[in-house]
Amino acid sequence: MSAAARALEEAFRHERAAVLATVTRRLEGDLALAEDAVQDAFVAAAVDWERSGVPDRPGAWLTTTAWRRVLDRLRRDRVAAARAAELARPAFYEEADFERSSLEDDQLRMLFTCCHPALSPDARTALTLRSVVGLTVPEIARVLVTGETAMEQRLVRARRKIADARIPFRVPADELLGERLAVVLRVVYLLYTDRHATARACEEAIRLARLLAALMPDADEAHGLLALLLLTDARRPARLDADGMLVALARQDRSCWDAARTREGLAALDRALHLGRPGPYIVQAAIAALHAQAPTWEDTDWPQIAGLYAELERHDTSPVVTVNRAVAVAYADGPAEGLAILDRVAADRRLDRYLPLHAARADLLRRAGDAPGADAAYVKAIALAPTDAERSALEWERRLAQGAASISRIFPR
Amino acid sequence: MQYLLLLTYRPADNTQEGTPEFDAEMQRWHALNAEMRKEGVLVGLSGLRPDAATTVRSQGGEVTLTDGPYAETKEVLFSFYILDVPDLDAATAWAAKTPAAEYGSVEVHPMDQFQT
Repeated sequence: MSAAARALEEAFRHERAAVLATVTRRLEGDLALAEDAVQDAFVAAAVDWERSGVPDRPGAWLTTTAWRRVLDRLRRDRVAAARAAELARPAFYEEADFERSSLEDDQLRMLFTCCHPALSPDARTALTLRSVVGLTVPEIARVLVTGETAMEQRLVRARRKIADARIPFRVPADELLGERLAVVLRVVYLLYTDRHATARACEEAIRLARLLAALMPDADEAHGLLALLLLTDARRPARLDADGMLVALARQDRSCWDAARTREGLAALDRALHLGRPGPYIVQAAIAALHAQAPTWEDTDWPQIAGLYAELERHDTSPVVTVNRAVAVAYADGPAEGLAILDRVAADRRLDRYLPLHAARADLLRRAGDAPGADAAYVKAIALAPTDAERSALEWERRLAQGAASISRIFPR
Repeated sequence: MQYLLLLTYRPADNTQEGTPEFDAEMQRWHALNAEMRKEGVLVGLSGLRPDAATTVRSQGGEVTLTDGPYAETKEVLFSFYILDVPDLDAATAWAAKTPAAEYGSVEVHPMDQFQT
């Protein structure tokens, strides 16, 4: 690969989002036109950098070129020509545009625009991945498990709505900020937790959470989300074994956990807790913090974790929260208490095919000494596993449970 | 930017004229309209007579009129506003202030000004 091609790939990865955000702001939020122009600029760079060498500041070069393409595109259209004349008046390229702080402000605006509640939830995630993270359409289609054509159409439609309905390109005013930030945090959270999230998407989710926490220092849940992602990510090195199999938290080698990430996460949680009443991300981060600080699975502060899940149930009525509370209660007070909670969850027949419920039941029944019950629950859970990795992990758990006599020595109840 | 706000309600749970609830709601409409005029965003508004609406279709030169629409829909269009505001956030903020947002729905349509 030539130096120019390498520089271009580097710029695509690290500068595209900033270039796009700057151009979009200059266009007062016309993301559709900005996307086209930035795409043009990268095509131009592929030719020009090979011929004339890589510019000193690729980001500035790309922004200036993209802006020229904006004006070219507008001039071709008679109606838009007047707009082009108006836009062309002030010299576009200013040093100020490439100061770190204004680049970050533009990215924050971009994030709020892409996550506007007037867009469908699917479109928000797709647009964020495209216009803030800078993934290509095929990459996004893979992460969101959609066809490429459908994904392209969804993006085109969302950008057209931003322009046609005039969704503003700005951080919302104070009275709207709370609810809008919640939508943004949700998108960033899903970016990290999505089953199909790639390592790149996870990294970007953390970067965006850092950006939100840095630029909105008073937003407690932004710090909460950052803490949650960092504390979860700290465990990533231990999540897969040498064969690429998922390792449950209970059996992870805690010496592999990333201590620096944990420290940073704990500091973010501290800031969040000083700011206000704990919302859902702060509570989840607090749970992750207790796991991070526990020397072993058994030696974890289960009563406090059970209490935090009870608090989380007030924000989030999804059954996975109750299932997790049942597991924590089982470790705090004994398996029977945990199973009683799971039985209440299982009374809702709609959850018959709900994997976490059956996986948790299997584990608690095993610990209660009900081997046949545990085995039946494992069979149910294995049948529901959506990926090979999860299926193998559950099959392994089942084999361990079947050999419970020897296992109980290794993992005493 | 101009936006058309289409306001609907469900006839089934309508407040009755002559009740204190009805009068209180009227007060809110008047106050809201006055606020819109004061802010200079109001281009036009009107109530509609949903039970007297007629639908027109023309196919191959043959014009057919149909009574309605109203019978088959639960939510009935009863009023509209045209507002001139900077962006969608401003338009949806006004929409949220209408009583219809509480008991019915408000559709916010950006108006395509190149066509007019």
